[in-house]
Amino acid sequence: MKRAFKVIIISLLIIATGALTAYYISSHNIAVLEPKGMIGLKERELIITASLLMLIVVIPVLILAIVFGWKYRAGRDAKHTPDWEHNSIAECCWWSVPVVIIIILAVITWKTSHELNPFKPIHNGKKPIEIQAVALNWKWLFIYPEEQIATVNYVRFPEHTPINFEITADAPMNSFWIPQLGGQIYAMPAMRTSLHLIANEVGEFEGRSSNISGKGFAGMIFKAEATSEKDFNEWVTHVKNSGKTLTWDGYRSLVEPSEYNNVEVFGNVSEHLFDQILMQYMPEGK
Amino acid sequence: MSLLGRLGEHAFKHDMIEYGAGLSMVLGGIVVVALLTYYKKWGWLWKEYLTSVDHKKIGIMYIVVSAIMLLKGFIDALMMRAQQAFATGESMGYLGAEHFQQIFTAHGVTMIFFVGMGLVFGVINLVLPLQIGARDVAFPLLNSISFWLFTAGGLYILVSLMIGVFAGTGWTAYPPLAGLKYSPGVGVDYWLWSIQISGVGSLLSGVNFLVTILKMRCPGMTMMRMPVFVWATFAMMILVIFAFPILTGTIGMLSTDRLLDTKIFTADYGGNPMMYINLIWAWGHPEVYILILPAFGIFSEVVPVFSHKKLFGYTSMVWAIAVITFLSFLVWLHHFFTMGAGANVNAFFGIMTMIIAVPTGVKVFNWLFTMYRGKVQFTNSMLWFMGFVFTFVTGGMTGVLMSIPGVDFQVHNSLFLIAHFHSVIIGGVVFGFFAGYSYWFPKYTGFKLDEKLGKYAFWFWFIGFFVAFFPLYLLGFMGATRRMNHYPDGNGWQSLFIVAAIGALLILIGVLFQATQLYKSIKHRKELKDTTGDPWNGRTLEWSTASPPPFYNFAHIPTVHAKDAFWEMKKSKAQVETKEYEDIHMPKNSSVGVSLGIISSILGFALVWHMFWLAAICAVGVLITLIGRLFVKETDYYVKASEVKEIEMRSRSV
Amino acid sequence: MIKDEHYPDSHHDVYSKTVFGFWLYLLTDFMLFATIFAAYAVLSKNTFGGPTPKELFDLEYTTIQSVIFLLSTFTVGLAGVYTHRKQKWGAISFFLITFVLGLVFLMMEIKEFSHLIAVGSGWDKNAFASSFFTLVGMFLLHLVFALLWILVLLVPVFKSGISKISLRRLTCLKMFWQFMSIIWVFIYTFVYLLGIV
Repeated sequence: MKRAFKVIIISLLIIATGALTAYYISSHNIAVLEPKGMIGLKERELIITASLLMLIVVIPVLILAIVFGWKYRAGRDAKHTPDWEHNSIAECCWWSVPVVIIIILAVITWKTSHELNPFKPIHNGKKPIEIQAVALNWKWLFIYPEEQIATVNYVRFPEHTPINFEITADAPMNSFWIPQLGGQIYAMPAMRTSLHLIANEVGEFEGRSSNISGKGFAGMIFKAEATSEKDFNEWVTHVKNSGKTLTWDGYRSLVEPSEYNNVEVFGNVSEHLFDQILMQYMPEGK
Repeated sequence: MSLLGRLGEHAFKHDMIEYGAGLSMVLGGIVVVALLTYYKKWGWLWKEYLTSVDHKKIGIMYIVVSAIMLLKGFIDALMMRAQQAFATGESMGYLGAEHFQQIFTAHGVTMIFFVGMGLVFGVINLVLPLQIGARDVAFPLLNSISFWLFTAGGLYILVSLMIGVFAGTGWTAYPPLAGLKYSPGVGVDYWLWSIQISGVGSLLSGVNFLVTILKMRCPGMTMMRMPVFVWATFAMMILVIFAFPILTGTIGMLSTDRLLDTKIFTADYGGNPMMYINLIWAWGHPEVYILILPAFGIFSEVVPVFSHKKLFGYTSMVWAIAVITFLSFLVWLHHFFTMGAGANVNAFFGIMTMIIAVPTGVKVFNWLFTMYRGKVQFTNSMLWFMGFVFTFVTGGMTGVLMSIPGVDFQVHNSLFLIAHFHSVIIGGVVFGFFAGYSYWFPKYTGFKLDEKLGKYAFWFWFIGFFVAFFPLYLLGFMGATRRMNHYPDGNGWQSLFIVAAIGALLILIGVLFQATQLYKSIKHRKELKDTTGDPWNGRTLEWSTASPPPFYNFAHIPTVHAKDAFWEMKKSKAQVETKEYEDIHMPKNSSVGVSLGIISSILGFALVWHMFWLAAICAVGVLITLIGRLFVKETDYYVKASEVKEIEMRSRSV
Repeated sequence: MIKDEHYPDSHHDVYSKTVFGFWLYLLTDFMLFATIFAAYAVLSKNTFGGPTPKELFDLEYTTIQSVIFLLSTFTVGLAGVYTHRKQKWGAISFFLITFVLGLVFLMMEIKEFSHLIAVGSGWDKNAFASSFFTLVGMFLLHLVFALLWILVLLVPVFKSGISKISLRRLTCLKMFWQFMSIIWVFIYTFVYLLGIV
């Protein structure tokens, strides 16, 4: 009686946990599993495919563990073959089945590593928008080289438009990540990396740094907003009229450590600011 | 240049929590010293343990130090869970950002170097020589030195709580953050010397155990008759000797960057921080296999004994270990797919990484099929094994998931990663140690552990683990990165952090059960006594000795005829040796280990605080100690045959 | 009844265990140099506007240095032979000659270091200089240790000839010296020769 009671309670607990988890997932935004951009969608597909392939091995293993533990426990009168230590067929099975699955995964890996290469531009017919991102202590500076505007902790781009992010840092190593749109890439001083993303719909997404860079690291959150083309252009005009200019001196004071910065916009940016930032780390720039 | 370098008043200024922690450590130390003095045990401690070169004593010391460091590391974890359960939106939590960052850095360093490596070296020290029928390791004095360097390294993390600060860079301390420009203070220097000093200890142990395994197996024990635990240790030591020098060199260069202002890992002046990341992970990845292989070895011992059945697939177990060892050098880049190496390089390392899943899976199948048609006794050790299967396999699955660069781009450095590695390290290394702890405890103490309390401990650990870490997988998918001391509210993350905190508390209860178990078992040791030396009907040579074994291990070095050597001896009803007893040649105690430990502690401290005159004196001190040892003539002695006979008779008659 | 060498085990003698263990240690030392070499390889072009290897290195000078070191390896080998033959004075002489050659090498390298520092290529100036000083500096550290080791080990030999213990230790020392020459060959080739090209 006591054992049955235990089994019922445990099963109920497991079901309750499952139900709570399901409820939680359905009522919250799971960015990586509900992406709003093509890259993110491909990455999610990869997660699901790979998980299913692996469950082919994992689920039998867990079931075997439970079944064997139950069936062959001492006290139960099951067959006991104390010297049986070898079976070629069995071994063949569990060397070869995983090998086959790994081969499949390997092919998928090769393909998708190229497809999802952050350096690979996205082609959908539309002209890409160029945005330069600079990781600073402890905020993100965004420079629009074509529009000649700049923002802090906020970036806006039109939906359905390939975004070419060019990324560096004037700070320790950071990582540039907008989970809802797709994967990340490191932002490193003296180096130039790039990330290509695209938003499939209008929306507000959270971006952050995902590599520790010091005291104010947790505050390095920025808002990434995808809007209609029209709203984007209007916003650019609005920013241009805001009057503030980001000069080199203004940039140098921006570099000073600060945390949890508010959004700032600059209607005018000193030309080639991004390149100048990189030049600081070159002998010619000293 | 001031005599105190850059040590000043400011080094002693801390917040209340740090004062509290420091105070409790000092008080704890004072209590220990007081007890030792009151019971007049200093002589005993010095002779029996501190200067001992006996592998069994050294093994126990490793485990004691690791247990203390586990306490510190676990408290770090509880503090982090508490902070993250509260620090959202308006609330910044109770820990300042810099303090929080030191805590997770110290947590990582403590758990990997001073708990993981410590427990693994402890168990290997205790068990390995007995399992190969040897009297000790190849170089007993070197063994003692390794232990003391290990302890000296661990000291820095504790000292940094009270004097100065610890690093706030994360346990791998990437430059440029860990360089002079962004971390000019003492924190990273404490990190450096803690790891450097204990790393030398590990390296020396690697050499020591490799020579032991290759040169000191008893007659008849060919490589293919060694217990799988010995194979696992052999593989681990190969990894140690190839990987640890990389760590030594890499953090050596970071320390020249910091001490001599070299420009190796700086972003400026032509330096290359990405180089550091490559090198540190070229060490770092083998390191995690260094930790897990002995755990696999422990399961290979425990599962056959408690299934009352031979280990399934001995040969493929050995091959699996060999393949894992080889592959572990070819995967390091998977720790930084997101650094931008390009698709071909990323894909290569990803594929190499997932290949390791194959031999690892083979081992799991072999263990399960050892249970098949066995008679499985669910002692504590088997419970830990079952716990391992569930935690390690799910952790391994998420590992293979992350080995695909496209996936990793979304989960790198997120809490998904944290959940993965805790799953494999806790499920593998920690549960493996606990299985070994329950199994081998009677051998070295003479009495068993209380099974019931151990069972409760297991269930709280196991359930607590899932409650603590599964929310982190979800959080990672929600975009939560690691190492945050604060996060925005309104996105539902807080409830998951609270669940995780509850899980940590459940684990805490598990730990408390373990502490109670130890206390009660000591109290009831007469009832729990192991009178035969072979309480579990074991299969390997350590069970052929008394519990605890005499200091010389074997009165007669055994001759072995098959694998599962002791089992075969019992089966063939081999007569108890009635050969004549011989004089046994044993090494004497030595204070060289303790001295080097003390000198290197001071050396590291001096380097941290730029007291270069003191560092120079300590360096000279190290040389003098070593040179002095070279001139010591009386390094060993003979145990007379009559004394051996007496000891053997006494243990038989009990 | 008890065999002197079989301690604390019953199987292999102390000499072979120690020599094998030392060989393993040298393997780890090789990995250490490999690490620093890797850093040098990556950073060797990064002079950040400062003097380049071509401008700094004097191949003739370094070649003389290398010949001296190779000579010392030859003499240490001879010293090893005399040691195995238990010929005390042969061993002492050739270890001391090795010592002198090693010392000359050390002085010559220190001179090169001061030259580099004088012309603005000190270890803190740029990544190339840093990695050069670290690599060659690490080599010099090993050399200083070996020189000290020669003196320390020769003391008991002087006093009471070549015992079993001295034989074991001097063999390890000889191996260490030979290891260093292998490392120097790498340094000469990849740092100096390739640097000048």
